[in-house]
Amino acid sequence: MLAKRIIPCLDVRDGKVVKGVNFEGIKEVGDPVLCAAEYDKQGADEIVFYDITASHEGRGVILDVVRETAKKVFVPLCVGGGIATVDDIRDTLRAGADKVSVNSQAVKNPQLIKDGADIFGSQCICVGIDAKAISPGKWTVYINGGRIDMGIDLIDWVKKVEQLGAGEICLNSIDTDGVRGGFDIPMLKAVVDAVSIPVIASGGAGRLGDFADAFLKTDCSAALAASLFHFKELTVGQVKEDCRSKGIIVR
Amino acid sequence: MIAIVDYGAGNIFSVKNALDHLGVANKLTSDAKDLVSADGIILPGVGAFPAAMEMLEKSGLVGTIREQAKVKPLLGICLGMQLLFEKSFEFRECEGLGFLKGYVDKIDDPGLIIPHMGWNKLEYNHDCPLFDGLDECYVYFVHSYKAFCGDEDLYAYCEYGSRVTAVAGDGKFVYGTQFHPEKSGAAGLKMLENFAKIVRAG
Repeated sequence: MLAKRIIPCLDVRDGKVVKGVNFEGIKEVGDPVLCAAEYDKQGADEIVFYDITASHEGRGVILDVVRETAKKVFVPLCVGGGIATVDDIRDTLRAGADKVSVNSQAVKNPQLIKDGADIFGSQCICVGIDAKAISPGKWTVYINGGRIDMGIDLIDWVKKVEQLGAGEICLNSIDTDGVRGGFDIPMLKAVVDAVSIPVIASGGAGRLGDFADAFLKTDCSAALAASLFHFKELTVGQVKEDCRSKGIIVR
Repeated sequence: MIAIVDYGAGNIFSVKNALDHLGVANKLTSDAKDLVSADGIILPGVGAFPAAMEMLEKSGLVGTIREQAKVKPLLGICLGMQLLFEKSFEFRECEGLGFLKGYVDKIDDPGLIIPHMGWNKLEYNHDCPLFDGLDECYVYFVHSYKAFCGDEDLYAYCEYGSRVTAVAGDGKFVYGTQFHPEKSGAAGLKMLENFAKIVRAG
């Protein structure tokens, strides 16, 4: 049976790991290569680097981080943040990433998903989505780190993303992100039901039981968290132990 | 030395990183001479079957790979494993290398999330030197098509809807893994180390 994945995310700015709360008030917490190695040791199923510099000058730095990590860590690596072109995707994969996560740029230019999937394969195109509720059961898609509401219906967008060839969706709820009250179950459920590609839950993990909760209440394939693991409140191992005790298959 | 075939369709650096980490001499190459002088060959691959087969043919290495697979260990990884089979139905019917009997077709059990992406438990079917020292383990898969082969060539499988060929081989020099050993943590590294041992043993 396929195991549910637990994915720690490293928010990286100028080559250092940081973690923002609701994308504001960013704190610095360490060396990304060492953090990734530590997560690998804890049993992380995949590691995500989210480059929040995302400026052109910053691109080289994140690629160095990926290059160094890929020499030491032998689980899948995904890189997001600032990926805007097919060349960006190529550079990132060449540096050693197994997947890229495209977000704002995919909303502005959906062709990027199709081109990326056609050239490199769907398996390496993860579409990151930031969304927020406008009414119960209805959400819209945001870009630029959750700052700009594009007025696009979330469910329409995920269906389009799947059809364009995305291999996976990483769904971040702006409403629950940083709040630590658990993942956004209604949003997650709506998206999982709308597509047949894997969906990663993101935004809101605060307690041990939140991960198992997402897996028990929805058919999401993976759950991602950043600050919880960074600030060492929980280890990946503890989360997996909790899932296992509740009958969820984890590695 | 293990030659990693660089024909433009692959996660070649990940494979190289893993072998470097294990201290196994290796070379990324698209030169037939290297395949001849190597002690073993790894055929990586990601993407679509017809495009990869076309690139492999364009590389001019097919003939050499065919000869060498009879005399030294060859490991196909992911799409590289699929290419070892007789044919695939990804997009269109397309001939493969035919080292292993069987074919590649869509994973189409109803209700499954596709691609089959993530860590799945390896179920051992036959003894294979790639499994030396391994116990129960999970390995990392990313694919939407799977290989159909006879029980004899099926060394290990995993359950995803129905059986998914995870490790196959011809009982002689040819091995293939559908999962990515280079991305499967300690278990995957162990299998690559075992392959290096098979190569050293000749």
